[in-house]
Amino acid sequence: MSSCLSGNEAVAYAIKQINPDVMGAFPITPSTEIPEYFADYVASGEVNTEYVTVESEHSSMSVCIAAQAAGARSVSATSSCGLALMYELLYIAASCRLPITLACVNRTLSGPININNDYSDSMGARDTGWIQIYAENNQEAYDNFLMAMPIGESPGIRLPVMTCMDGFITSHAIENIELLETDAVRRFIGDYNPENFLLKKENPLAVGPYDVSAYYMEHKVQEAEAMKAAKARILEVAAEFEKISGRYYGLFEEYRMEDAELALVLIGSSAGTAKAAIDRLREEGVKAGLVKIRVFRPFPGEELARALANTRVVAVMDKSEGFSANGGPLFAETRSALYDLKERPYLIDIVYGLGGRDLKTEDIEKVFSRLADIALTGEIGPIYTHMGQRSKEEIE
Amino acid sequence: MATKDVVEIRWHGRGGQGAKMACLLLADVAGLEGKFVQGFPEYGPERMGAPITAYNRISEKRCTIHSNIYNPDYVVVIDESLLDSVDVTGGLKEGGAIIINTPSSPQEMYPRLRGWTGKVCTIDARRISEEILGRNFPNTPMLAAVVKVSGVLETESFLADIEESFKHKFAAKPQVIEGNMATLKKSMEEVQVG
Repeated sequence: MSSCLSGNEAVAYAIKQINPDVMGAFPITPSTEIPEYFADYVASGEVNTEYVTVESEHSSMSVCIAAQAAGARSVSATSSCGLALMYELLYIAASCRLPITLACVNRTLSGPININNDYSDSMGARDTGWIQIYAENNQEAYDNFLMAMPIGESPGIRLPVMTCMDGFITSHAIENIELLETDAVRRFIGDYNPENFLLKKENPLAVGPYDVSAYYMEHKVQEAEAMKAAKARILEVAAEFEKISGRYYGLFEEYRMEDAELALVLIGSSAGTAKAAIDRLREEGVKAGLVKIRVFRPFPGEELARALANTRVVAVMDKSEGFSANGGPLFAETRSALYDLKERPYLIDIVYGLGGRDLKTEDIEKVFSRLADIALTGEIGPIYTHMGQRSKEEIE
Repeated sequence: MATKDVVEIRWHGRGGQGAKMACLLLADVAGLEGKFVQGFPEYGPERMGAPITAYNRISEKRCTIHSNIYNPDYVVVIDESLLDSVDVTGGLKEGGAIIINTPSSPQEMYPRLRGWTGKVCTIDARRISEEILGRNFPNTPMLAAVVKVSGVLETESFLADIEESFKHKFAAKPQVIEGNMATLKKSMEEVQVG
C-alpha cells in the first residue's frame, strides 16, 4: 500500500499494526508525535494497547520493564534528554533480558539546549546492552520497527531493541512509503509467549534481584553472547522480512562499493545525501562509494573490515562528538574493526552535523576531494576534524 | 544540487501562517498523483511570527537528498514583510520564479528583491482569503499559486486530489472544505505572472 507519511507517522502506524500490550508514553521533541498519533488509535479503539501516561521517561521505561517482565509486549518512544533520563533503566531492561522496543528519534543532548538532530543521545546509550538499528528514511524507520520484535524476542537473543531515526530530517518530513497489510505484519511479528514471566503460576519469577559476585559475571557474559548472536538473528529476520516486503536489509548497506577506492562510513539520512553526491562523482570517474551502517549494536566489525578491505582511503563521518579527544564513536568502532586487516586503508574521522547543522551534497564532495588528495599524496593530515562549523571571523 | 528532474520549492512564512501545512499538503497531493515527494519544515524554537522556512522536492524518481534546499526552482513568500529581513531570492535558480503574497503588481516588487531580475508572480492572498473564508489564511491561496505557476501538478487533478485530502483532514468540520476549494480556484485565476 503506497502512502506519504512522516517518519513519526510511519512508526506510530507500525505500532498500530503490531498492537502491543503496553505503551509507556511520555512526550519529548521530536518523538512526541509517536505517542500522540498512537493515542488516537487507542482512543478510537483500533488497538487495545494499555496506554500508560507517566510523569517522566524514567517512568515510561519503568512501565515497559514491568510490563515486559510480566510477559507483555511493551513499546515506548523518546529522544535526547528523555533517553538520557532512561539511562539507568536501559541497563536494567537489557540485563533482565526484556525485549522491549523503543523508537529513538535522534536529537542532540543539552547543552546548549537544542532540539535538532545528531546521535549524541543514542550514542551515549551504545553500551547499555540494547540492539541499535538506524534508519536512513521513513521507509526504513517503519521497516526497522517491524523487524525489532522478531529480533529481540528470539529465545537466543532476548534483548531490547532501539530503532533510531533522524529527528526532524526523518521524523517530520513527509515522503513516499510502502506500508504492509496489517495481517501480514501480525503474521510476521507473531505472538509473544515468553516461557517464563513474573506471575506465571507454575514458575513465578523474580526479576532484577541482587546478583552477588559469584553470579554477576556469568550473567554479563550471557548478555554479551546474546549480543554476538544477534547479528545472525538480525540477518535471518531481514531475510524473512524481504519475503513479505521485497525490501532487503543487511547489517549495513554498501552503495557503489564494488570497485570503490574512496569510501565513506556513516549513519542515517546523510547516506541519502551522500548517495546523490557519489552518483555525481562517479559520472566524473571518481571511484567513490559508501557504507551506511544500519546496525550499530551489535557492531558488524568483521563484515565492515571485509567491505573496506580493497579501498584506499576512508572517511568515517560521525554525527556525534563523544569528547574522547580521539575521534567519534563510529570512528572508534571502524578503526578497531580495520586493525586485523593485513593492508589497511588510510582512515580519517570527520565530525559533522551537530545540533542539526545541515549536510549538503557539496559537503560530501569536499570530503571525497580530501580523500582523493590523501590517495594521491599519501599525506593523511589531521586524522580527526570537524566539518561545517563557522570560523571565528565568519561569526563576527 | 539536485538533478533537473526534481522540482524544488522553498517556502518563507511566519510562524502561524500555515507555511508548514501548505508544504505538507502539497507533498501529500503530489504523492497521491504518483510523484515522489518530500515536504519538510526547518525546525527551531517555534514561535508565532518568527520567520520560518519549509521545503518541497517533487520528482519522478525518489530523491535521496536530505539536506535543505539552497537552489530552489520556486520561492513562495507568504508574508511580504519578510522581504526586508530574509534573503528570499538567495540561490533561486535563474529560470525560476518567486511568488509573493502582496496587493502590489509583480513590476512593483522588483526594487525590493535585492537584484533579482527573473520571474516574479504576485497574489493578494490576504484579500482572497478574507473575502471567501472570512479570515486571513494566506497559505491556501499561496499553495494554489505555486501549483499554477510551477505547473508541477495539473490544475484539474490537483483540485480533485486536494478535495479528497481535505475530506480526510477536515473530517470533523466538513463545512470548511467548500470555502477552501473556492479559495484555491479563485487564487489560480488571480495570480499575476510578471
